[in-house]
This record gives sequence, C-alpha cells and structure tokens, in this order.
Amino acid sequence: MDNGKIDKIIDKYPSDSSSLIQVLLEIQSENRWLPKEALAKVSERLKVPLNRIRHITTFYKAFSVVPKGRHEIHVCTGTACHVRGAKRVLGAVQDATGLKPGLTGEDFRFSLETVNCVGCCALGPVMVIDGEHHGKLAPAKSKDVLKNYE
Amino acid sequence: MSKIVLQIDGRDVEAEQGMTVLEAARSAGISIPTVCHNEKLEPYGACRLCVVEVQGRGRTNLVASCLYPAEQALAVTTKSEKIDKTRKILIEQLLAHAPDAEILQNLAQEYGADKDRFEKEASFCILCGLCVRYCSEVKQNNAVGFFDRGATREIRFVPELAAKVCWDCKECFALCPTSYAQAAYHLTEALAFPSASSQLSSAK
Ligand code: SF4
Ligand code: FES
Repeated sequence: MDNGKIDKIIDKYPSDSSSLIQVLLEIQSENRWLPKEALAKVSERLKVPLNRIRHITTFYKAFSVVPKGRHEIHVCTGTACHVRGAKRVLGAVQDATGLKPGLTGEDFRFSLETVNCVGCCALGPVMVIDGEHHGKLAPAKSKDVLKNYE
Repeated sequence: MSKIVLQIDGRDVEAEQGMTVLEAARSAGISIPTVCHNEKLEPYGACRLCVVEVQGRGRTNLVASCLYPAEQALAVTTKSEKIDKTRKILIEQLLAHAPDAEILQNLAQEYGADKDRFEKEASFCILCGLCVRYCSEVKQNNAVGFFDRGATREIRFVPELAAKVCWDCKECFALCPTSYAQAAYHLTEALAFPSASSQLSSAK
C-alpha cells in the first residue's frame, strides 16, 4: 500500500484522534492488514502516539498487523459445529492449505482462522470464506470449496 | 482553591478541592499502601491496593483511594478487617505473577499474604502501567504501551520508537516493581535492533 493511498484515506476524515478507528478500518479493508509504515503515517497525520495505535490495533480483532491472504477462511469451531465434525473439516482445510489457524500462506492465497459460532448452527459444520458461508460441510467437500478461490 | 474537611479514620483532615482521598490521607500522615501510584503521574487504579472504605448513601463501599475524589464531610476508613482481607488477596494475586518483586514481598509480610496461594503464572509484569504512563506523560516518548486485551494484555516496547529513545533514557526500569520493563526492553532490542548493545560490546 503506497503512501498516496493512505494519505487519501486520511484526507477524508477530520485530522485528529477522533478519526483514528475509521481510518484504520478503511486501511484494513483496502489492504487486508495494517503495515507498520501505514501506522507510522497515521500516527503522524492524526497526532496519535504510536503506542496507542499499537494498543488499539491489537485490542480489536478486526485489525490485523500481519499480512493476510487474498482469501480469509474462517472455520467455525463453535459448539454446534464441533459436535457436527468441525475438527475434521478444520483438519482437511489445514491439509489442503498447509496452514495452521492464525497463519497466512507464502503465496498469500489464504489466511486461516477459527471462529466460535457464526450464527448459523443448523448449517454446521460451517466455514466462511471472504464473508461467504459454506454449510453442511464434510472434509472432502470443504477441500472442493477451496478450489473456487484463487 | 477551596478547602474541604473530611473524616479519615475518625480524624478531621483538611484537604484542597480536587484532591483524591489518597492525597488527602497522605498529606495528613495517614499511610495507605499503593503499587501503581506515582505522584508524578495521573492516577490509574490498576493495583487496587489502595482500597479504603467510604460511607455514603447509607452503606459502606470499597473504593480505590487513588482515584476517589475527596469530598466535604466524606467519612473514610483506611484500616479494617475487610480492607486487610481485600488487600491480602490482591497481594496474593499479584504474587502469582511476580513472586520475587520486593515491594510485593514486603506487602505480603505486612498483610500476611501467602505467595503460594494462587497457581503461579509467571508473566512478571503486573500491569501497573507505571512504565507506560511515565513514558507517555513525563517523557512524552510513547515508546512502551499496552498490547492486546483481557488475559493476554501485556506491555511491549514499540521497536521503531524504542530504537531511537530508550537507550538514553531507561528511566522506566527503576519505576517497574518487577524488572519486567527492563526485560521487555532488552528482548525488543535483541529482536528488533540488536546493533545498539552489540556496538557497545564490540567497542570494549
Ligand atoms: S513492566 Fe513493570 S512498570 Fe510496566 S506495567 Fe509491567 S510491572 Fe508495571
Ligand atoms: S494505587 Fe490505587 S489502584 Fe494502585
């Protein structure tokens, strides 16, 4: 993410600390993660000390300070999905991507996370990729689903 | 500033409007134990060791005296069985994190706290915030801060800033009740900018 783009985002908001979360959210959604150069820029422009920005970006799980892949996989391991075999689905996804939860692949194709309930237990086991829900999964089927994301 | 009078342990104590109960008590020579308090810094209310009882609205409340504003005619008790018991548990919890901290060991002796009461969780940092507040409020360097939240909250140095300012300051090390600030700094240095100390040792 280049400096000009970050400046453009910051320019849309009043340049003080009250804009911080909005600016960070927008950089996050444009870039999928918050590089430290971007945080330094935000700190300078909005006059918010870097240690506060660091606290905020690690406090809210909506922010990522490590690079994320093009597609974000969330495998639900909530109670209902767990009972319906989320563990095996997760295993299959880990197998197919070579990733552990919390990690991103070297090719930046996928990032893998587990979540605790996405609110559609009847469809369990569920996996959400880039906001799209895939339900009633079996290990083999979940591997097939991944093929649709390049 | 206008003067007010409050009762601390049955004594009339004169204080300025805007003082905290802790400040009022200390100005009258009444001692209240604290860990996270420092006169130079804004009160923070992290350790809760400064608990006292205040009477109000027909009941007695436990409050943190370092944050509680002194009011006209406020009745405060700084020593009671309940307060001692509360402090004892707080000390025991802090000791689970930093069993060797001198200030905690001294308090443990005073309050009869058992350092083995709670299972050890050696984070060493007790999240008193002294380093963070000192760096922000006094030095205005903002090189150390809190990261994460809840049970995994911790202090960390911000490498970009620490590389520039910490080597010539290090003033938070002495404030830290547990030496964790120093340990965290050296870890950051070793990982993010090892040149500072290696230059020094190669110059020897
Ligand atoms: S490192 Fe030390 S001074 Fe800083 S919050 Fe932890 S215990 Fe307190
Ligand atoms: S001194 Fe009041 S909470 Fe620590």
